[in-house]
Amino acid sequence: MGEEDYYLELCERPVQFEKANPVNCVFFDEANKQVRRPAPSSPARMDDKGEVKCIKFSLENKILAVQRTSKTVVLPEKRSLKLLKSHNLNVNWYMYCPESAVILLSTTVLENVLQPFHFRAGTMSKLPKFEIELPAAPKSTKPSLSERDIAMATVYGQLYVLFLRHHSRTSNSTGAEVVLYHLPREGACKKMHILKLNRTGKFALNVVDNLVVVHHQDTETSVIFDIKLRGEFDGSVTFHHPVLPARSIQPYQIPIAGNGFCRGVSAAVLPRGCVLTMIFGSYLWNLQVKLEPIVNLLPDKGRLMDFLLQRKECKMVILSVCSQMLSESDRASLPVIATVFDKLNHEYKKYLDAEQSYAMAVEAGQSRSSPLLKRPVRTQAVLDQSDVYTHVLSAFVEKKEMPHKFVIAVLMEYIRSLNQFQIAVQHYLHELVIKTLVQHNLFYMLHQFLQYHVLSDSKPLACLLLSLESFYPPAHQLSLDMLKRLSTANDEIVEVLLSKHQVLAALRFIRGIGGHDNISARKFLDAAKQTEDNMLFYTIFRFFEQRNQRLRGSPNFTPGEHCEEHVAFFKQIFGDQALMRPTTF
Amino acid sequence: MAVAAAGAGSGPWATQEKQFPPALLSFFIYNPRFGPREGEEENKILFYHPNEVEKNEKIRNVGLCEAIVQFTRTFSPSKPAKSLHTQKNRQFFNEPEEHFWMVMVVRNPIIEKQSKDGKPVIEYQEEELLDKVYSSVLQQCYSMYKLFNGTFLKAMEDGGIELLKERLEKFFHRYLQTLHLQSCDLLDIFGGISFFPLDKMTYLKIQSFVNRVEESLNIVKYTAFLYNDQLIWSGLEQDDMRILYKYLTTSLFPRHMEPESCLFLLLRFLTGPLNLNDPDAKCRFPKIFVNTDDAYEELHLIVYKAMSAAVCFMIDASIQPTLDFCRRLDSVVGPQLTVLASDICEQFNINKRMSGFVLGFLFTFILLPPMNLAGKSTILGDIVLPVDRGEVYVILIKNVKKLCATQFNNIFFLD
Repeated sequence: MGEEDYYLELCERPVQFEKANPVNCVFFDEANKQVRRPAPSSPARMDDKGEVKCIKFSLENKILAVQRTSKTVVLPEKRSLKLLKSHNLNVNWYMYCPESAVILLSTTVLENVLQPFHFRAGTMSKLPKFEIELPAAPKSTKPSLSERDIAMATVYGQLYVLFLRHHSRTSNSTGAEVVLYHLPREGACKKMHILKLNRTGKFALNVVDNLVVVHHQDTETSVIFDIKLRGEFDGSVTFHHPVLPARSIQPYQIPIAGNGFCRGVSAAVLPRGCVLTMIFGSYLWNLQVKLEPIVNLLPDKGRLMDFLLQRKECKMVILSVCSQMLSESDRASLPVIATVFDKLNHEYKKYLDAEQSYAMAVEAGQSRSSPLLKRPVRTQAVLDQSDVYTHVLSAFVEKKEMPHKFVIAVLMEYIRSLNQFQIAVQHYLHELVIKTLVQHNLFYMLHQFLQYHVLSDSKPLACLLLSLESFYPPAHQLSLDMLKRLSTANDEIVEVLLSKHQVLAALRFIRGIGGHDNISARKFLDAAKQTEDNMLFYTIFRFFEQRNQRLRGSPNFTPGEHCEEHVAFFKQIFGDQALMRPTTF
Repeated sequence: MAVAAAGAGSGPWATQEKQFPPALLSFFIYNPRFGPREGEEENKILFYHPNEVEKNEKIRNVGLCEAIVQFTRTFSPSKPAKSLHTQKNRQFFNEPEEHFWMVMVVRNPIIEKQSKDGKPVIEYQEEELLDKVYSSVLQQCYSMYKLFNGTFLKAMEDGGIELLKERLEKFFHRYLQTLHLQSCDLLDIFGGISFFPLDKMTYLKIQSFVNRVEESLNIVKYTAFLYNDQLIWSGLEQDDMRILYKYLTTSLFPRHMEPESCLFLLLRFLTGPLNLNDPDAKCRFPKIFVNTDDAYEELHLIVYKAMSAAVCFMIDASIQPTLDFCRRLDSVVGPQLTVLASDICEQFNINKRMSGFVLGFLFTFILLPPMNLAGKSTILGDIVLPVDRGEVYVILIKNVKKLCATQFNNIFFLD
């Protein structure tokens, strides 16, 4: 199996530490997710009083508690314990989840009634207890809930109790299942998801990137479940199947001095994403999901998108999926492409809305009063137009072998999708459409798009249209129409008209909007001179002489207007006597 | 028929007047190259209406036109004569293909007045006819012929003069009967297209629909989408779409007008099989010719309708659409089109105030005040005159600016 077939791997740099022995024992610090070992030369001096049963650090490594015997706990000096609360329960075993500060106690003879307690802000609150449904056990054994079959994990920000049930409750399905009980902050625990494993044996669980990873010891393979993907809902519980076929974790090669390379085999799995091996020294890895191989293993692009958009490091993979579905060899159909765009824009819009709400709340001064209001975090799943343009569309449009019908259809689908989610389309996307249409001489299509305002008005677009005039004469008028609609574009209109030597039109336009007192005489006279139409020049010159008279009481130009050259030219063509005489009162 | 008020109440002329609108006198097509020598004149004539006219008279009329055109060529070599005005009639000339001439002779509108001694006096109202209007009618005759038959030249290549004559006869014999010259006005003649006003989102949905259908039925070359006899999208170039639009709105759609009670149903083919379930149903579609200037494409025209939305699919003529294909089209297009049609209807009702908004297909429209035409006091209301490629053809300018200011704020006008 090549590298592209594994979708789970061990992280690049494991933590390496010496093998444990009874004196030099090693503990996994769940709270801080580190391997700990009391070193002889550690600064926190401890009396060497013998065996250390267990050490636990508090969060942020502030307090260390050492349990030497089953009944004593030793704390460093200057610290005291205060009894918070006392509960009387027969407890079989317990499990603590530091992330959510919840402890789960197993009670009753069957060990399956779990009592959770939640620690928060110096208090300990009792949550409603719940019962784990045990499968029907073979006659000889007594049914009970083993500690080994329970795990607690946070998936998508919610706390779940995961129960590995070796036999299904329904008689007709074989294989083990993982049952997920949702433990909310308030309210009762509820069975929400069942992950079907379809095999029996020994399993271990991890949660990585909000995916439940189940390792099967016999086959040395693993499967992943995403509880946010659509499953079969029977009215109360959703059943999930593995997202992908089972695969082994990608082998990791550990360099061993002098002995060549050997394969590392997982010997123990810790509940929260770490694998510990005891062979050839001790290594501690984090488990990681490889997204690229998954792209080829999930043919349903809609489902693939749903999966990728929930993953942490998804951006580049998603963009490559988009590029791939537009490629010559792997071309997807337009409905599929449309679905993918819609899913992307759905996420994008969610983020834009959150940003907007936050901005409005800040403006309204609510941020200080509500500590819960946080700036929305932009995850990698938010792909905006700039991302799609840069990484997907601009290269796609350049491909010569693409049939132009398909290129335009794809661009229009993306624009349609943005419009559907009420996201304003950036002008560079419109430019892409126009350039493609022009490249293939589809001017009548361009014209129709402009008339229906599919390509929104913008100054860059109007300028682009102007540049097309030589290929398509009506583009000139279309451009002027657009500039007129953009009522802030009066200067541009004047520039356009002057560039076309339509000096009179420019002058009349500017007069029509009342700006004729502010324009530069020089600019207009330059343009008039360029037309080589002397009568036109006369008209323009006279206009400005009249303006001078009106504004300053004299028809002469001021030195600041730099029109000496034009005055000289006028005198040369029409003679001195043609100059306007100052009106005397 | 409204009575003109000319001379009402004045002296010897009583108000009893009869008006006769313009009428088609004759229509003929000829090519001087086919009968250059004396005695061969008859060979020049490719089509002549009315056919009952005596042969020599035909030859004379054709000869006269030929002479006029030749004569005027000395004064204007690049632009041949377009019309000939006489008191009683007007002749219009058009050379759609090199050396092929089409001529239409129209009798000027007449007012018959009763003189004081009881004798009828005929007054020809020569000024009432507009050249541009009828020249366009003549051009359209050619365009319509070409849409269904291809060029004259192609007919010659395919089967010589005989084939061409056959096609001309078959087409014009019927087509000339549909020419109602008395009701030709600016709106019909300039061949503008009326576009249906639509919001951006619905328009994009239609684009999406068209693209997806073209992808899944990949033999479709071009698509056009219409709603309520107005165009929304054309995949064909302007010139071809204009004449196709005229055909659809003046011939095909009126022929299939549904009675009021059936408006809610109706997914069906307007061209092609009447009943998809009938295994013997004929799958014959009209053939049209487009892009005759370069690619010269012959296509089958499939028109499919769902409620008020009509979609034209154009398929290369070399592929014969089978009943199976029609069924597939019906199943792919039908449901989507029905949904789209009701979306459009919904949007239209929301945006009803925009219904006065007319777009030009490669034309910008200016409103003109109403004008009398051909003796008929037609108040046309808001007449719309197309502006070709940014240049204005104006016949009457009266308060244009005032009208423009209120109706067309979005159009930039050069003074």
